[in-house]
Amino acid sequence: MTPRTDPAPSLSPTAAATVADAPRRELLQSVVDVARAIFGAEASSVFLLDEEADELVFQAVSGQGEEFLVGRRFPAGRGIAGWVATSGEPMVVDDLSSDTSFDRSLAESTAYVPNALMAAPLISESRILGVLEVLDPSPQARSGVRELDLLAMFARQAAAALRVVTPEPVREAEQRAAAGAGVLDGARREDALKLLGSLERLLRGVG
Amino acid sequence: MTTTESERPRTEPERPRTAPGQGLTWSLRGRGPEDVPVLADPGPPLGRPTGPATGRGVRVCVVDSGVERDHPLIGPLAGSWVVVKDAESGEITVEPTTTGDTCGHGTACAGIVRRTAPECEIHSVRVLGERFSGTGDVLMAGLRWAVEQGFDVVNLSLSTTRTRFAQELHSLADSAYFARTVIVASAHNTPVESFPWRFASVISVGSHQEDDPELHLYNPEPPVEFFGPGQNVTVPWLGGRTIRTTGNSFATPYVAGLCARVLSAHPRMTAFQLKNALYLSAANVRHTPRPSTAAGDIRDDSEN
Repeated sequence: MTPRTDPAPSLSPTAAATVADAPRRELLQSVVDVARAIFGAEASSVFLLDEEADELVFQAVSGQGEEFLVGRRFPAGRGIAGWVATSGEPMVVDDLSSDTSFDRSLAESTAYVPNALMAAPLISESRILGVLEVLDPSPQARSGVRELDLLAMFARQAAAALRVVTPEPVREAEQRAAAGAGVLDGARREDALKLLGSLERLLRGVG
Repeated sequence: MTTTESERPRTEPERPRTAPGQGLTWSLRGRGPEDVPVLADPGPPLGRPTGPATGRGVRVCVVDSGVERDHPLIGPLAGSWVVVKDAESGEITVEPTTTGDTCGHGTACAGIVRRTAPECEIHSVRVLGERFSGTGDVLMAGLRWAVEQGFDVVNLSLSTTRTRFAQELHSLADSAYFARTVIVASAHNTPVESFPWRFASVISVGSHQEDDPELHLYNPEPPVEFFGPGQNVTVPWLGGRTIRTTGNSFATPYVAGLCARVLSAHPRMTAFQLKNALYLSAANVRHTPRPSTAAGDIRDDSEN
């Protein structure tokens, strides 16, 4: 991974909306905090995929690097996070600190060299939204198939929640892209508004 | 785009041709058994190759993130290619490359193949790490290219969840099966629908949780047909180093390596014979006498 050091304002419209969106930001911070707690990890991060720029962007960090990593970006096809983002598969690696090439690139961005790393894709409705990474999980909580399953399940839940709190303009744009054409017609728009209304009521109830 | 010739016979004059236009596609008309002789290789009796079986003469292609050049645990590659998609025209091409690996995953897979079948020939096709590589069509193009090259074994520790590729992948997997290119494909690590591991014409692999690095099992409840060692596996990684990792991705090249070993000792085996060899040699498959039939006939199948 070779993260860039672009400041946050260069984010794409999608990512910019994310930064401006408090509930979404709060959700992502909660995801990384909980992931870190589940695995007794030194740090955890969420990257979201900026498809237009073909880059992954740090959106939330818990632990090491929390103060300065958010907003940084790197090419989407590189490194372990890149493999997870493009393959849609979770991954666990251990004994990383003996890998000099890994050390150099990560050290540039985080000033922190992990020995172990777990990463899972954030997938919602077959779309890869980004990657959840856990750095240096406790030795008891890593490397096994069960841990990989647990991380993948948690990432899936996080992606579903992310989809729910995504700001409306972004979702509409995504829906338009998915439909491949203009705005929703009358009946579909009505259904969509009903669905949004139900979601809003549901969220208020839960909140 | 040429690849080196294999020691393994791929076309034999005496072998029946089943491709459309060869007169044998739908039924055998005007010809008898003597017109379609097959020179067969019965394969190893219980699935394990006899004699030296190091993968020599077998061409294995790793379709992944590339393979690091001259990694000490892998050695030189016989070929290195990348699938590239043009941003404007959308055209997809396969080109020679010297870029190595973009993340380490392909290097890990190639290393496991090398460890299992030390003398096999390894080729790499990189389908990850370039722009658009997550879109499925790049994976599709890379796999199609590998099948067209006639590799003996293709390791695919990847899958796509995009259903629009399912039919095309299915057709490609069937073509490979009949052309004696064995696709060894990873099951997805999470319980989602993805392809092509779901298809019967590939050899699909998931991970077991045992420590034995040479253990493979047959799954009596497919679609995943085999399990290999995929937990805490030490694998080559970027920078000439090794790491430990976990996942179906790493069980798959072990089975691909086994296929290469069996084929090196029994080069005329077909894809279905190869799958049967893996079945017979799986640690959980027991060879017991068949229970008595209505006629009271008890047969011992242990040698079959």
